[in-house]
Amino acid sequence: MILPEIGHFALVLAFAIALCQAVFPIYGYYTQQEGFMATAKPLAVMQGLALALSFGLLMYGFLSHDFSLKYVADNSNLDLPWYFRMSAVWGAHEGSLLLWALILALWGVAVSLLSRGIPEKMGSLVLSVMGMIAVGFLAFMLFTSNPFVRILPFMPGNGADLNPLLQDPGLIFHPPMLYMGYVGLSVAFSFAVASLISGEFDSSWARWSRPWTVVAWAFLTIGIALGSWWAYYELGWGGWWFWDPVENASLIPWFIATALMHSLAVTEKQGLFRRWTLLLAIAAFSMSLLGTFLVRSGVLTSVHAFANDPERGVFILGFLVVVVGGSLTLYAVRASKVSTPGEFGWISRESFLLFNNLLLTVMAVSVLLGTLYPLLVDALGGDKVSVGAPFFNAVFVPLAAILVSGMAFGPLSVWRQSDDPKLFRPLIVTLIVSILCGLLWPIIFENEFATGTAIGVSLAVWVAIATQIDVFRKVRAYGSLKTLLARVERGIIGMWMAHLGVAFMIFGVVMVENHTEHRDLRMGAGDTQVLGRYDVRMKGIEIIQGPNYMADQATFEIYEGEHLYKTVYPQKRRYNASSMVMTEAAIDSGFTRDLYIAMGEPLGGGDWAIRLSVKPFVNWIWGGAFLMGFGGFVSITDQRYRRRAKKSGASAEAGGAAA
Amino acid sequence: MNPKRKQRLLIILGLVAALGVAVGLVLYALSQNINLFFTPTQIADNQAPDSRIIRLGGMVAEGSVERDPESLEVSFEVTDFQNQVRVTYTGILPDLFREGQGVVVQGRVLNRQLQATEVLAKHDENYMPPEVTEALRQSGQLDKLKGMTQ
Repeated sequence: MILPEIGHFALVLAFAIALCQAVFPIYGYYTQQEGFMATAKPLAVMQGLALALSFGLLMYGFLSHDFSLKYVADNSNLDLPWYFRMSAVWGAHEGSLLLWALILALWGVAVSLLSRGIPEKMGSLVLSVMGMIAVGFLAFMLFTSNPFVRILPFMPGNGADLNPLLQDPGLIFHPPMLYMGYVGLSVAFSFAVASLISGEFDSSWARWSRPWTVVAWAFLTIGIALGSWWAYYELGWGGWWFWDPVENASLIPWFIATALMHSLAVTEKQGLFRRWTLLLAIAAFSMSLLGTFLVRSGVLTSVHAFANDPERGVFILGFLVVVVGGSLTLYAVRASKVSTPGEFGWISRESFLLFNNLLLTVMAVSVLLGTLYPLLVDALGGDKVSVGAPFFNAVFVPLAAILVSGMAFGPLSVWRQSDDPKLFRPLIVTLIVSILCGLLWPIIFENEFATGTAIGVSLAVWVAIATQIDVFRKVRAYGSLKTLLARVERGIIGMWMAHLGVAFMIFGVVMVENHTEHRDLRMGAGDTQVLGRYDVRMKGIEIIQGPNYMADQATFEIYEGEHLYKTVYPQKRRYNASSMVMTEAAIDSGFTRDLYIAMGEPLGGGDWAIRLSVKPFVNWIWGGAFLMGFGGFVSITDQRYRRRAKKSGASAEAGGAAA
Repeated sequence: MNPKRKQRLLIILGLVAALGVAVGLVLYALSQNINLFFTPTQIADNQAPDSRIIRLGGMVAEGSVERDPESLEVSFEVTDFQNQVRVTYTGILPDLFREGQGVVVQGRVLNRQLQATEVLAKHDENYMPPEVTEALRQSGQLDKLKGMTQ
């Protein structure tokens, strides 16, 4: 019975440790006392242990049905299976904040364990900044959102149950992955702030923060993709992206982080764009805090806006103002000291990466504008408005198309000056081939021409071939593919994977958006409908009993001509504890298409509203996104990130030396 | 001006111009694509434009849901406890759509009725869309909402 108190105590302890971690190292830095600076790493590890204990005890509360804890009583139930009781820890506000704080602390532990190549001063400043962020979040938890609040002495005998929407494997993986990304951006932020404090902006700063940024980006990519996939099979009636404010809130930091990753490459290799890179590092984490604010405050109508307390939003908003205001003020004071050495030609890799950054920033700003517009209008006393998918599609699609057309040039160009036409000559053929593919594919696939498909397929082929050209060039330079894979910078391999991922994803998106066959029908037992090249027959409905729900389960037989291809069982569930109704779609997943069957509502007379869809190449969307994320993980395995700071590569120092 | 400064100036000018154009386009796209929110009373008073997609928020009136026996057509009334607006919709309603609960509907107004293209219900029992709260606040019936959720 005392365990939750220990959990609460561990949380308070973590707060105290975070305070020390925020104050001691920076005090040591300014008074030049190495003893104080040296406290940073052990304190970061201790904070991690305290939060792990706290988190573990909350999870134990869920597993042991401790309904004296209000948070457990609100979000669990005796009938809830154990794996959902574990993920229910982060199924609502308080626990998801605890996960956020734990992940922040774990990033701190990772920095303190893996930063041996980084000078002590820098490392302790970075951990100090991370400590400051932790102080803000832990204070938020302790004062407004404590998960260890008890209901005593009259504890309920059973819990209210986890929201049925969340009783899904999606909840197990999506939030932790997404938070790894969101919170991981705090490391790049802390490196940026630390270098602004210390005034050391040489290229080694970029080399240190680059792997952290890439890995956070990779987690963010995979987290967003998992969320989209979850929405597809559970929430969304088969849609994969809704431009929901909270989806946008994860996409904005993703754009900025993508821009940051590319500009860090310029800063590391050429020493250029330093101020811009610093600004992006600050912006990326600020945007992920903004995302947290939007999710947690309930100010917007959204899938993610569960019952919320607007007062909490005020705290996060205040925190956001302190973090963004503080770091931007520091930037304004110190950035003028950052020297930017050297020039670059108008046609050079630097220019193409600048172009990439420009577009990604504009995309981030326009999605941000669209997301916050209803809030702004409301705050200014105007009408209540909402901004929907048509706006985002109108703005986003053309920008994305321009960005993707530019993707071919960057990898094929060289640093500083690449006006040698030989570099880009293969792109002429590539252009012709990709346009031909774009023109022919819609005709092959659907026997009719669709402009959107033609443009999208052209873009996907364009990027894919351009990436191949780069691979072939490198293979020729290294002699063989084997030597190439052994010797080339892993970052290059990661980039190829990520760029191919983009191509796959574009292809998937274009096919789903332009060629989904979709029908809402009234069907009863014995009815047959044509779906693509299949015949779908509804055999009947039966009532089945789940662990914590009852369900109407339909049996659908899918025929390919005369041959029975597959039998699937969509369900309509009613959860016992909350009596909430949930749709479980039946999806036959495939490489070239998904068959999607979902039950709407009973219409009387044994008939049901049924949704039937064929979604061509839908899995390519998430496949492409996962490939991008894995590319990120591959690129941080590079040798040079494990080397000590002074033995850095000669090319990286070239820019720094010029400073 | 040295070439480095000149390049930087040109880049900054280019950035400012591009951002300006982008923001302009975004604002234009916004003005074309925002959906204004209306309460049942405002629609009953004929305040809503009939050419644009709007949003309506309120409670689904008890006993108002009518289904077509042959198709997926359904109609129901959305109320702020002062006025009702009939909503027609063809398709599958969300799982949490129920009589007596909050709903946000998107669609076009025709003869003081709403032809819905999208019906959004809330996602858990305790959550009320801000639009619904706003509609009931404007009609002075917010107490009814509080009485119901408690």
